[in-house]
Amino acid sequence: MSSTANEDSYSYFEHDADVGVIGRGDTLERAFEAAARATFAIMTDIATVRQAESVPVEFEETDPELALVRWLNSLLGSAREHGMVFGHFRIERDGGHWRGSASGEKWRPELERGVEVKGATLTALSVRQLAGGWDARCVVDV
Amino acid sequence: MDLDRLKQIEPWCWTVPRAPGEARGDVRLYGSRELLATMDDKVLEQITNVARLPGLVGAAMTMPDAHWGYGFPIGGVAAFDPDQGGIISAGGVGFDISCGIRCLRTNLDVAELAPHLRMLADRLFRDIPAGVGEEGELKLAPVELDAVLEGGAQWAVEQGYGEAGDLDFVEERGRVAGAVPENVSPLAKKRQRGEMGTLGSGNHYLEVQVVDRIYDEAAALAYGLRPGQIVVSIHCGSRGLGHQIGTDYLVSLAKAASRLGIRLPDRELACAPINTPEGQQYIGAMNAGINCALANRQILAHLTRKTFAREFPHAKLTTLFDVSHNTCKTERHAVDGSKRLLYVHRKGATRAFGPGHPDLPERYRDVGQPVIIGGSMGTGSYVLCGTSESEQRAFSSASHGAGRAMSRHQALRQWQGRQLINELAGQGILIRTRSMRGAAEEAPGAYKDVDLVAEATEKAGLARRVAFLRPKACVKG
Repeated sequence: MSSTANEDSYSYFEHDADVGVIGRGDTLERAFEAAARATFAIMTDIATVRQAESVPVEFEETDPELALVRWLNSLLGSAREHGMVFGHFRIERDGGHWRGSASGEKWRPELERGVEVKGATLTALSVRQLAGGWDARCVVDV
Repeated sequence: MDLDRLKQIEPWCWTVPRAPGEARGDVRLYGSRELLATMDDKVLEQITNVARLPGLVGAAMTMPDAHWGYGFPIGGVAAFDPDQGGIISAGGVGFDISCGIRCLRTNLDVAELAPHLRMLADRLFRDIPAGVGEEGELKLAPVELDAVLEGGAQWAVEQGYGEAGDLDFVEERGRVAGAVPENVSPLAKKRQRGEMGTLGSGNHYLEVQVVDRIYDEAAALAYGLRPGQIVVSIHCGSRGLGHQIGTDYLVSLAKAASRLGIRLPDRELACAPINTPEGQQYIGAMNAGINCALANRQILAHLTRKTFAREFPHAKLTTLFDVSHNTCKTERHAVDGSKRLLYVHRKGATRAFGPGHPDLPERYRDVGQPVIIGGSMGTGSYVLCGTSESEQRAFSSASHGAGRAMSRHQALRQWQGRQLINELAGQGILIRTRSMRGAAEEAPGAYKDVDLVAEATEKAGLARRVAFLRPKACVKG
């Protein structure tokens, strides 16, 4: 569950009962993708997830912070709807319109079982542009 | 938590003095000095924010097991009056709507169980879908699910899951009124398709326990508990459907609050006045989520009975009680001498009606409602009974668990799943899980001392200890 070296990084911050996820990237979109990897890495080793199927994600949201919550929750909802686990994410935005995709596979016995993420919350929610890029974070309920 | 910011008003109750000109309701923190000192300062910040919400009646409170949550602290209790602009908050209920514990008593003794424990643990692990990615055999289309959301555990019994007698010992007799399935999104219903009769993961579990100590003979007799007896506790909630209701309404209520002129001290308190279309819409969806959880635990109780019957054909498992600890319930409470209809949020807190309450089953009416404090897989759990004084102190509420003492990441740094499972096996506790990581995160040492929580709950007058349950086997999600 450590940050990946070959992609924009993700990491975690402390929360008593749940888990804080952090996504960082050169752009807001890449930070969102890294936050998605952080979220799904709580559930399994995402490096072992095959890109067998891709699922589209689309929503409208003008507030970047609420967009992060919408993005993560759309992915969590879609994964559960399809009985899948995702490991790879893409998202782009056009103003308040966000369009992306997640790819992964159905759960199979060989995949590591971590802990289910129920949803992304508004707790410790922030999306900021820092000197080195973008930082997107919030607490997810597990 | 910085105790210098608190004022002790009773041996087991503290408050936060208001600053000059500070407009908010009262705050009460129940617990011992030791428990409060180890709580994160965020608990104080969060419950103080709750005290700023409109229509609060009495104080915003934390139970002795409180810890940092989202919106409300876990272990938070707050009641609101709809006629005084009171609000309903999705953050005050949580994602896992009506998460709770079904406790089943058995006619088995620990000596009889011992030779079969390993086999029983293996069979429970095989038969009870648990952990991330696991689905149940029951697949419900959205239209079929609407009947679940209307009928709760009553629906489950009608479908052949369990016995009608179970319903006497489930809150609201297994079905809360006011559920509106239409207020639940299509995605929420799709998420639930394979999740009826599943345990989930994280801190959810199915645990085989032995009654280790009796504190209150009369209440134990009423509850049908005796030393050496085997009981089963099932801790889970409304699964994907509840999670999606929380997801859907957290953002929409956060936006509604601003539109409706509510100044939220923190937008994670996402709420709307009860007497608004937005508030009513969430209440209808939340009640549907409660019924989903009640049905889920009823199905799991049925699966548990089937598994026990294969190993012990003469086994009889009867429902001791089913308590929810992530809810907002409509209840009548005495406030300043008159009964008022209030919306009582309990986020990680258990309802604890005292003796004589009309909603209690006849069998428990003289002793009060069973309250279950679920501990960690290595320590144990408590059964308590509601007290009359809890009505005045906390709108009849009590603790719900041991409460985390450290974060999941801290636990991961400190323990390894396999090693922990082996250590517990050495203590006679069998753990079955697909998640070594989950086991490490749920290490007993990552939780507060459940003995201290139960003692503080009793000393604070919230509920009285009846029995201590020691774990024998645990299926972890």
